[in-house]
Amino acid sequence: MDRLTGIKRFAGVLVGGALLLFTTGAISETAVTEGSKAAGLDTCVAPTADIRRNHMDYLKHDRDLTVRKGIRETQYSLAECVECHAEKDDSGAYKPVNAEGQFCSSCHNYVAVSLSCFQCHRKTPELKSGSDTAMNQGGDFNVESLGLLQSLDKPVSLSRDELVRLHATVKGD
Amino acid sequence: MSCNSDQPDMNRRGFLGKTVVAATAAVVAPGIMLTVAKASSEEGASSAVRWGMLIDTNKCADGCSACVDACNKENGIDLMQRPEGQADEMWNAQRPQWVRKVKLRDKQTGEVSNLPMMCQHCEHPPCVDVCPTGASFKRADGIVMVDRHTCIGCRYCMMACPYKARSFIHQDVAEQLTGAPRGKGCVESCNLCAGRIDAGNSTTACQDACNRDGHQAILFGDLKNPDSEIAKALKTESSHQIRADLELNTGVRYTNI
Ligand code: SF4
Ligand code: SF4
Repeated sequence: MDRLTGIKRFAGVLVGGALLLFTTGAISETAVTEGSKAAGLDTCVAPTADIRRNHMDYLKHDRDLTVRKGIRETQYSLAECVECHAEKDDSGAYKPVNAEGQFCSSCHNYVAVSLSCFQCHRKTPELKSGSDTAMNQGGDFNVESLGLLQSLDKPVSLSRDELVRLHATVKGD
Repeated sequence: MSCNSDQPDMNRRGFLGKTVVAATAAVVAPGIMLTVAKASSEEGASSAVRWGMLIDTNKCADGCSACVDACNKENGIDLMQRPEGQADEMWNAQRPQWVRKVKLRDKQTGEVSNLPMMCQHCEHPPCVDVCPTGASFKRADGIVMVDRHTCIGCRYCMMACPYKARSFIHQDVAEQLTGAPRGKGCVESCNLCAGRIDAGNSTTACQDACNRDGHQAILFGDLKNPDSEIAKALKTESSHQIRADLELNTGVRYTNI
């Protein structure tokens, strides 16, 4: 069962990737919105390809640490996604990350995954001075090929090693 | 692992310590996620402490609602909007309330006392016993709370709680605080300001508000630390658990009732 979902997901990523490469212009190369904090950063809390593939597992893992064990400063946190990826509108107010065309919804709509996080979680950063949590630098990945703003001229090229690491959970289950 | 005792088991802690060291040294196997927790709250809730409260009902003023207001603000309860067209009565009955003021009158003498009533953070919480999903749980440090990710909204826990401490969210919620997620279909209750405590604060929002208004009726602290203010007060004053007959060993206790 688990293995099947893993394989399916992996297949999904491949198909999605292929689609992305073949479609020019119709889909932007990155879901990162201009005017969000993330647009000004070199990398996410982990290499982009890793986050794309595994963010749901990371978030689920760390939410349990936080809720059940009271461990707050985890590497992955939904609050931090919102903090970085919310875009400001012209008046300087934040747009909800799950609003049409915004960071979370643009991908989830594309892959037809319904997003229920924000039935309960706040959709915009709270207006207070910035927090410094959870912005750890990623490991020794090649930032060039795994950066946030990937382009079609420079498609992602992964060594076998990197691929294994990115898909560690697939292999394991 | 025993659920009933929240005394720290030193052997187990020692063992865990060693395991963690071993795990860090080992190569991480595929399929195992390893995330890095930063130093400040790396250890999370510890069973070496048990959070509790001592409330002096003599100091709790009639008509004051500072603690209730502070709680509503701290936990984003005041952000909730009344659904359109809902009657006052329904709204007041259904909106969440983590702490409420209760007035007691002694039938014989007519003596009136006021007290704030919230989740009593039972050592043996009935709300945890009845929860079919494990969503209602007690943290290592004695805080009882609901994990909304697994709560199915059956409300068994609301029935089981002798203190009427829990609320159900009946409506869609448009805005929440980052630290206090809330949505339709889950149960919630006082969590002793777990977010503040985890961040290293030593007081709850209600205690701060009560002190600010000059009443000093609420004392929050570690029941297990003999040097804490609350442990000392409990040692010298006569305090009561509400419905002590249920033997839940509540973490919230009251003097002068
Ligand atoms: S007071 Fe109620 S909600 Fe709180 S721990 Fe006890 S039974 Fe559970
Ligand atoms: S309402 Fe939620 S927390 Fe309460 S008993 Fe049901 S599943 Fe458990």
